[in-house]
Amino acid sequence: MLEAIDAGLTIGRARLLDGVTAAVRPGRVLAILGPNGAGKSTLLSLLSGERRPTAGRVLLDGVAMSAIPAPRLAVRRALVAQHQAVAFAFSVEEVMELATEPWLIRPGDRRALIADCLIRAGAGGLAGRLMPQLSGGERQRVAFARALAQLAAGRHGHDVAGPSYLLLDEPTASLDPAHQHHLLRAARDWVERTGGGCAVILHDLTLAARYADDGLLLAGGRVAWAGSMSGLPVPVLERVFGTAFVRLDLPEAEGVVYAATGRAAASGKMICE
Amino acid sequence: MSLTLSMPSSRKGDGAAPSFRRPPLVPVLAALAVALALAVLMAIATGGVSVPLDRSLSHLASLLGLPGTPLSERDWMVLTMLRLPRIVLAAAVGVTLGVAGVALQAVFRNPLADPGLVGVSSGAALAGSAAMVLGVSGLGLARSGLSLATVLPLAAFLGALAATVLILAISRRDGRNAPATMLLAGIAVNAMGGAGIGLFSYLGDDLALRQMTFWMMGGFGGSGWAQIGPAMLLMGLATAGLLAGARRLDLFAMGEREAFLQGLDPHRFAVRTVLLVALGVGAAVAVSGLIGFVGLIVPHVMRILLGPVHSRLMPATALAAAVLLVLADTVARTIAAPADVPAGLLLGAVGGPFFLWLLRRRSGGLGGA
Repeated sequence: MLEAIDAGLTIGRARLLDGVTAAVRPGRVLAILGPNGAGKSTLLSLLSGERRPTAGRVLLDGVAMSAIPAPRLAVRRALVAQHQAVAFAFSVEEVMELATEPWLIRPGDRRALIADCLIRAGAGGLAGRLMPQLSGGERQRVAFARALAQLAAGRHGHDVAGPSYLLLDEPTASLDPAHQHHLLRAARDWVERTGGGCAVILHDLTLAARYADDGLLLAGGRVAWAGSMSGLPVPVLERVFGTAFVRLDLPEAEGVVYAATGRAAASGKMICE
Repeated sequence: MSLTLSMPSSRKGDGAAPSFRRPPLVPVLAALAVALALAVLMAIATGGVSVPLDRSLSHLASLLGLPGTPLSERDWMVLTMLRLPRIVLAAAVGVTLGVAGVALQAVFRNPLADPGLVGVSSGAALAGSAAMVLGVSGLGLARSGLSLATVLPLAAFLGALAATVLILAISRRDGRNAPATMLLAGIAVNAMGGAGIGLFSYLGDDLALRQMTFWMMGGFGGSGWAQIGPAMLLMGLATAGLLAGARRLDLFAMGEREAFLQGLDPHRFAVRTVLLVALGVGAAVAVSGLIGFVGLIVPHVMRILLGPVHSRLMPATALAAAVLLVLADTVARTIAAPADVPAGLLLGAVGGPFFLWLLRRRSGGLGGA
């Protein structure tokens, strides 16, 4: 299990996270929800081991993330960041090879693995392109494929103790609706196939309800609500986002649909500090 | 859940754009190796004393007991004691500066980073001129038994290191390098280096001043095997270390955060790379003065040709930079013979306009990295 226990992060005077307890469980998808600036990305950077909490702990199978060396972490977790910086004109193929390179894999297996991950991410047609020439959405799909490849390559022909974790920071932000569903379905499929755990930051509550098992709602760096996605209470949403929500059970949409109405919430203003 | 349910169909872009292939590495390396061999042969044959190749070959044949005429004593001395060390040095400095340039560009994540532009060379030159003017005894090392040929590369290394650390510290904010800040910091470090060098030329006597001035213009003349030995060793070590880090440079070039997520300790690796760059550039500056733009021009051209993957880029850059400097040195020796034009001046004359063109060409100017 990948978990934050009472974790806090304070930089200078800014308290970005405060007493957050969250768990990414094997075989489950956790949706991290909340308004802009609530600390969602910060929580993900703690869970990835990129930042260390200034209070509390972040543990992978009971071991502090900071105690695990970077190469070993790379097999156990991958993160898809919100923005993909590109300073040099690497091709998609080169980026994918780089992600799988630390591990000894036969060239044929490597090529197959890379092609498989690209197709799973809906980026199969992008293999021969240069990163700087891709659109934002295309880059996001490649980044997702790279994360899949990184985790798959680490396990290829090696015994790795414990499941892996896939951390996605708004992976659907620049994707069209079809690709949004495709990517989240691929994440879900990865969880079921590998027995790993996935944490995903989403703004679209309908997508979250559809693809996530558990939910964590952050507001002002604190946990406003945590539980099973099916039990996400509308009054809490309205309180946290400061706008009225409608929740519909739509069989045509294969589940629940959340819509923000844009009207002031009945329960009043936002409570985020 | 099955993946085949709804694969978004390919649309604009997907598959329609021409899929491109990088050229294979081996033929490019082979061509560059042939070019280097030709450049070296040409360099051996030309100069103030012309020794045509067939006579050198004839001499070699006679050494091997085959029919051939040995060279005159004078020609032999010119070749082995003056010309060859010079050619070898030019090639070695080319390799070192080219590879160091590539490494610096990956660490700064900016294709405009060059040891000369960001002030690494100037830090080395400052420390080197201090060593020249103060001398081995002036640095309090009189009893160490070290010669200036050993102290100079070490001093230059320390100077290069100090400059690199300074620039990294200034241009890094939140683990990121701001390209414009890096170049501006380079200007400041270059200016400080220039002021310090000015101070030492003021303090130095006429002999030291003349020596220093010619040294800093950059060139490969006047060094025998004994003078270039220690520096060659340091350059070899630095280059080997940088080449060994090629894959990790790829990761680093993707961004510090990305590098960490994919299993690299970016901080340790950056420190290691910067140390090796300072070592190589310091040694190169110690024996050949300021040779600018090699670490900028050659990697840039090779990146266009071969792409940014360092295991491909670095060997090709090394060979091409060696070719460039051997040719530049040959031109420097012959263009105004018997005078010896500093090769550094020649490269500056070519490199300056190239850099300007590069700035114009890059979309977004300085911040476009």
